[in-house]
Amino acid sequence: MSQPSLMSPSGIKNWWNSWASPWQLKRMGILGMNCRNHDFIATYNPRRLFPLVDDKLKTKLLAEEYEVATPKLFFVVNLQHEIEHIEDKLMALEAFAVKPAKGSGGKGILVIIGRKNEKFIKSSGAEISIEDIRRHMSNALAGLYSLGGKPDAVIIEDLIQFDDYFKDYSYEGVPDIRIIIFKGYPVMAMLRLATHKSDGKANLHQGAVGVGLDIATGRALNAVQHSKPVTHHPDTKRQLNEIQIADWRNWLLLASRCYEMTGLGYIGTDLVLDKVRGAQLLELNARPGLAIQVANRRGLLPRLRHVESLKERMHRTAEQRVDYVMKTFTADGL
Amino acid sequence: MKKTSRTPFYTVITLLMLGGLATAWLRHYYMEIPFNPGVQKPVWLIEARIDFDANGEPVTARLGLPDNPEGYRSFSEQAAAPGYGYSVVTENGVRRGEWSKREAQGAQTIYYKTQFIDTQDETISEMDAIELPLAEHVDWDGSSQETAAAQVLNTAWAKSSNAQSLARELIKIFTSNDIEQNAALLLAAETDKAVLLEKLLNQASIPARPVLGLYLQDARRHQSLTRLVQVFDGKSWVLFNPYTGEQGVPENLLLWHTGGESILDVSGGTRSRVSFSMIHQTVPALDLIAAQKKDSIFSLLSIQHLPIEEQSMFKLLLLLPIGALVVVFMRIIIGLKTSGTFMPILIAMAFLQTSLVLGVLSFVLVVAMGLVLRTYLSRLNLLLISRIATLVVLVIFIISALSLIGYQMGLNTGMTITFFPMIIIAWTIERMSILWEEEGPKEVMIQGGGSLLVAVLAYMLMQLSIVGHLTFNFPELNLVALALIMLMGQYTGYKLSELRRFRAMVDNDAGKNKGADA
Repeated sequence: MSQPSLMSPSGIKNWWNSWASPWQLKRMGILGMNCRNHDFIATYNPRRLFPLVDDKLKTKLLAEEYEVATPKLFFVVNLQHEIEHIEDKLMALEAFAVKPAKGSGGKGILVIIGRKNEKFIKSSGAEISIEDIRRHMSNALAGLYSLGGKPDAVIIEDLIQFDDYFKDYSYEGVPDIRIIIFKGYPVMAMLRLATHKSDGKANLHQGAVGVGLDIATGRALNAVQHSKPVTHHPDTKRQLNEIQIADWRNWLLLASRCYEMTGLGYIGTDLVLDKVRGAQLLELNARPGLAIQVANRRGLLPRLRHVESLKERMHRTAEQRVDYVMKTFTADGL
Repeated sequence: MKKTSRTPFYTVITLLMLGGLATAWLRHYYMEIPFNPGVQKPVWLIEARIDFDANGEPVTARLGLPDNPEGYRSFSEQAAAPGYGYSVVTENGVRRGEWSKREAQGAQTIYYKTQFIDTQDETISEMDAIELPLAEHVDWDGSSQETAAAQVLNTAWAKSSNAQSLARELIKIFTSNDIEQNAALLLAAETDKAVLLEKLLNQASIPARPVLGLYLQDARRHQSLTRLVQVFDGKSWVLFNPYTGEQGVPENLLLWHTGGESILDVSGGTRSRVSFSMIHQTVPALDLIAAQKKDSIFSLLSIQHLPIEEQSMFKLLLLLPIGALVVVFMRIIIGLKTSGTFMPILIAMAFLQTSLVLGVLSFVLVVAMGLVLRTYLSRLNLLLISRIATLVVLVIFIISALSLIGYQMGLNTGMTITFFPMIIIAWTIERMSILWEEEGPKEVMIQGGGSLLVAVLAYMLMQLSIVGHLTFNFPELNLVALALIMLMGQYTGYKLSELRRFRAMVDNDAGKNKGADA
């Protein structure tokens, strides 16, 4: 580190300045982990509903029931011996994604974008054999990626056809949009762009770029990478503040309907844009992270408390709620 | 949103805290359990040595033993005599130690050791109601003595008003510089003033009895008992020193034996004698607890009364809440990432058995070697359960190898790494390995380092002798730890780590405000 030593006066001052005061954070309405867990997750998310979102298979079936757009499910593997005969089923598919049903944080997701002779091509371009896929599935079934190592199921679903609009904004991975839904009201949104550093993954703490989106318009507000402001994508060099999500109201509607679908009060919805089928629900998260606040440079608390203060059943449908937030949660307003 | 009232919760917290602290204080007060582990209490170690020559017959030696002497509390006693059977018998309200042997020849030595706690400063407990003693009948040798005794008694009687003053006057007569004729006559026949005093008092129908006392002086040897007189004043026995006239029990006097019976009886032996040695020593106050007041209600909570084996298990078990408290604090208030929620406590417990430096070193070594082996295992394409089981076996091998190497190098502490929870280590290795593949080595360092840091902190706290002492001797203090843990469960403020994490937003906010002002 070339920073001044901690021993020198300027070093101490720098170190001291790297901390925020809790009162400042409070004034800005920033939601902390303890507050999120206690006041929102524990209060609004009944424990018995968690399996609906922790198990991607259940989410998917539920989404199909509620006609929420989601990538098509090809088939499910439940037992180890089914893996023996997986070849025939996989050979019929051109591109697909293998996901552990109870994986969290994008763990254990294998994306196959095509085939070359007997080999399968991963999204990164690497070639793997059917044996590698078998091993991956076997690990996933045994619970390697699930919380607490519980036995799991493996989902094989249709691959998202990367829409060209984001082509220049994302590196080696599918960008997704995370929208926080509180009691059915979309409260904050961000676009997550994979980078070379994040290894094609859209996780902010792995180095993906987070772009805060205006709830009212779907326009980019700010962008951050590793909590630091950025103006251009580090790999593609595209200017990030030009981003404008097309058909924004539809995205919010899709996300908002997940409230009726699951009954969970505080969820993060992960949506992607498919070239052909439009916005799709990829997965739900009952414990959405706090980084969205950094990308938006705004605390979640004022909006959450505002929704709490609204009268019950003031807006009955997703359409009413979305219209309300598009009026209320503007970039300059609340 | 409906908010449930917080009052019941805080009531419970307050009750837990108060309950824990109050019980601890009461037990400290009534059972004298010190709050500080180092507290020492002075005790007197007294050794009685019985010597006699056995003449080949069955031997029985009986020694009068002290029985709750005033101002002292017995803490331990033991007898040492090779080949002798030993028991304590109580006859006519007198405690006696009895040593017996079928056949003994030549010089014999029996030791009896006892420890007494000085309790002079304590309030003397109410004496049990004693049955009124009767004055003994007195016989004098010849009428001249009888007359002399009557004369002396008359003189003293005239100058006194009650039993105590009579005793004082009698002592004065016998200890004055120019002894009067009658007194001199009595002294000529019976040289022991104590015996004389008893006789005279009994003659005056005042019950009096002999007492054998031991003057306690540090590091004295070959001491003998001093014969004193107890006079019954109608309510209780009052001690008089017939040589000095001193009344009451002096501070350094231990009443060893009361009553007219002889202190030492030996049958089957001759030339028997008893002598005493004593030393003033200090013992940890804790050792005294086990020996006292078992019937007290507060001792119900004392783990000291369990068998030693279970005690040592409880010693570790009762430290767990402290470890849990550290983990909760580090995760909720500080916001440190650890791999596995309570894994750090188990590691800290293992450190307690090894030692910090060696423990950390071997832990890091075992996990690092495990990670290397795990990378090979991942290529074998094993099912998860069997892979972890394989890791458990391998971890045992690694630990055995390290122990052997440590032993060969002369570090016999190397053996103690077997205290590490193998299954937990195997899981840790598995998790770290997955973390490495998915999030990279940096995250492994953060979480592994976090776990180790929490473990070390928990260890530092748990190894403090004061913490071990308090949790073990005052198990109720864990209620306070419980209350703190529950209280932290209600904390919804920012974690310390979040003050850093959201720092950039504060800068932006300030910049935005400035822009708006301009």
